[in-house]
Amino acid sequence: MRPDPEGVALARRPPQQAARALGLLTAVGVLVLLCLLSIWLGSKEISFGDVWRVLLHNDGSADGVIIHSVRMPRTVLAVLVGAALGLAGTVMQALTRNPLADPGLLGVSAGAAFAIVSSITVLGVSSLYGYIWFAFAGALAATAVVYFLGTRGNAGANPVKLTLAGAAVTALLGSFTSAMVLSDPVALNRYRFWSAGSLAGVDSGQLLQVLPFLLVGMVLAIAGGPALNSLALGDDVAVALGRRLGPLRLRGALAITLLTGAAVAVAGPIVFLGLIVPHAVRFALGPDHRWLLPYSAVLAPCLLLAADILGRILARPGEIRAGVIVAFVGAPMFIYLVRRRKQLES
Amino acid sequence: MSLLRHDHVTVRLTTLPVSARVRPRLVVVCVVLAALAFLLCCLGMTIGDVPLGLSDVVPAVLGGGDSATAYIVQELRLPRALTGLLAGLAFGASGAVFQTITRNPLASPDMIGINAGAATAVVAGIAFGFGDGLGTTTLGLLGGLLTGLLVYVLAWRRGTTGYRILLVGIGVYAMCTSLTDYLLSRAQITEAQASIGWMVGNLANRGWENVAPLFAAFVVLFPLVLGLSRWMSTLQLGDEIAAGLGTPVQPVRLSLLLAGAGLVAFATASAGPISFVALTAPQIAQRLARLSAPPVTASALGGAVLVLGSDILARVITPSGLPVGIVTGALGAPVLLWLLVRANRSGSGG
Repeated sequence: MRPDPEGVALARRPPQQAARALGLLTAVGVLVLLCLLSIWLGSKEISFGDVWRVLLHNDGSADGVIIHSVRMPRTVLAVLVGAALGLAGTVMQALTRNPLADPGLLGVSAGAAFAIVSSITVLGVSSLYGYIWFAFAGALAATAVVYFLGTRGNAGANPVKLTLAGAAVTALLGSFTSAMVLSDPVALNRYRFWSAGSLAGVDSGQLLQVLPFLLVGMVLAIAGGPALNSLALGDDVAVALGRRLGPLRLRGALAITLLTGAAVAVAGPIVFLGLIVPHAVRFALGPDHRWLLPYSAVLAPCLLLAADILGRILARPGEIRAGVIVAFVGAPMFIYLVRRRKQLES
Repeated sequence: MSLLRHDHVTVRLTTLPVSARVRPRLVVVCVVLAALAFLLCCLGMTIGDVPLGLSDVVPAVLGGGDSATAYIVQELRLPRALTGLLAGLAFGASGAVFQTITRNPLASPDMIGINAGAATAVVAGIAFGFGDGLGTTTLGLLGGLLTGLLVYVLAWRRGTTGYRILLVGIGVYAMCTSLTDYLLSRAQITEAQASIGWMVGNLANRGWENVAPLFAAFVVLFPLVLGLSRWMSTLQLGDEIAAGLGTPVQPVRLSLLLAGAGLVAFATASAGPISFVALTAPQIAQRLARLSAPPVTASALGGAVLVLGSDILARVITPSGLPVGIVTGALGAPVLLWLLVRANRSGSGG
């Protein structure tokens, strides 16, 4: 058996194309179902019939307002943020050939967080409209620095260097963020709610603001599938297959920045989604990015939505933030996957 | 400079007894770092509301000098300096242990959740209002040790591997951080502020009650780590080779992991999770000594130098004194970035 560059042991033959397409369709079905559940369940109980009626026709009643201006944006946000983080994680793991890559680990979320906190403390920015731009700038700058540092030297972009660079940038920005937050109680107050990762309190105007960036990022990510496949075989093979590594990595980095920056700005740094979903998909389907990417884009929102719904049910009438639940659902699943991986035996 | 330029040593498996070749350099590195740590310890005690000279501090530590100076030094500054020294030693040593047993430079205790577990326990204590003074220490200790044990147990599947420990550790880390974030968002603002202040890593207002448990732990655990470290060089070669060379792989790894986690837990309980020391110090020590794996003693001393130097810097830069963890993060990161830029192919793990 040839050594697998992703470190994924394929215990059985990957399913056929038709089966994969069917699987993807099923996943989309589950996503739609979860969306409906997310719109249905909330702190105010609204019967499913009413939800359905109001959903199709906003009659301006109290229920209509709740559904259309609170629950719909929240649900759409979960889908977008989930897809963004799932894709960003997949691209990142492929690009760095590092199964541990995650927007959180490679410094992208830390860059966005740092920029947002600076905008709060230094410039007094208080609205999401304000911090989105800072989040992009921060995510982009962090990606650029990590990429630059990780690709310097004679060995090119090797996963260890990239990951170390990411850890270094994360730690650096983390300590600056703490310094600013500590010196400013107002910023601390905002920061601690935002940093727990929540989907609540986002309106459709804010959604529209991040939407273009997310869409461009998603298209860039999904279109890069075949190129990522050749990259997975190693830099030399990718070059031999006619890929130009520089532009390929740059495009990937751009996609990651757009996806993570926007997601972090609206929902806070939700850890784990970008790490665990691609792992799970790769385990089931094997390392073909033409399938990995769309599957991750559908399954990551499923997980995030489920977490958000669970958080609302568990702590009624309050709620536990989606980010917390994702980590609590994600971590055991992730550990289970880690334990099952045969190649980690040696 | 020329010392660091050659950061790569080719250690071939066939030339296993490398000790003769590298030891003189390692000794020099250790001596220099120890001297530097001692100097920084003394220097740190001269800084404060009442500026003192080295000539005041040294006699006061030994019990001489006038009573006011003796009080300031012995009750206020010496505990702080010793907390910094011991915490730095502990973080550095455990960083070396973790990086070696997992064969990955990223696998510092901060990375695999031990600091995070301690932080979660302490924040829970503060948020629910039972975490003052000694409570903080105990909680941090319990949190860190339990997390270390949890990582090992979860990574166990007919033995463990370094890679699996790292991956499982990252999972546990994420869980702990998200729980901490949740607790923070629930807490009162003053409690949140206290928690974040502790979570950054701080040496301000440390007394003998912080030094004593850390010292006791260090005296027990550090020799244990040193004793086990002769196996570490074989673990570095991979489990199968290590077993072939007669290393009891799993018992050694478990003992090292627990001893390392213990060091971190005690240090975190006393000084907070001072970021980046456990990650950076071993890497610096390894490069200074030009070895293929981080040396324990030099890493420990390097950690002490980092913590003490950063604490001095923090107090010199800002009158209020930034928490030391902010400075270690800010200082440690560029050092690591610089190392990365100059890094060669020899990086292992990942």
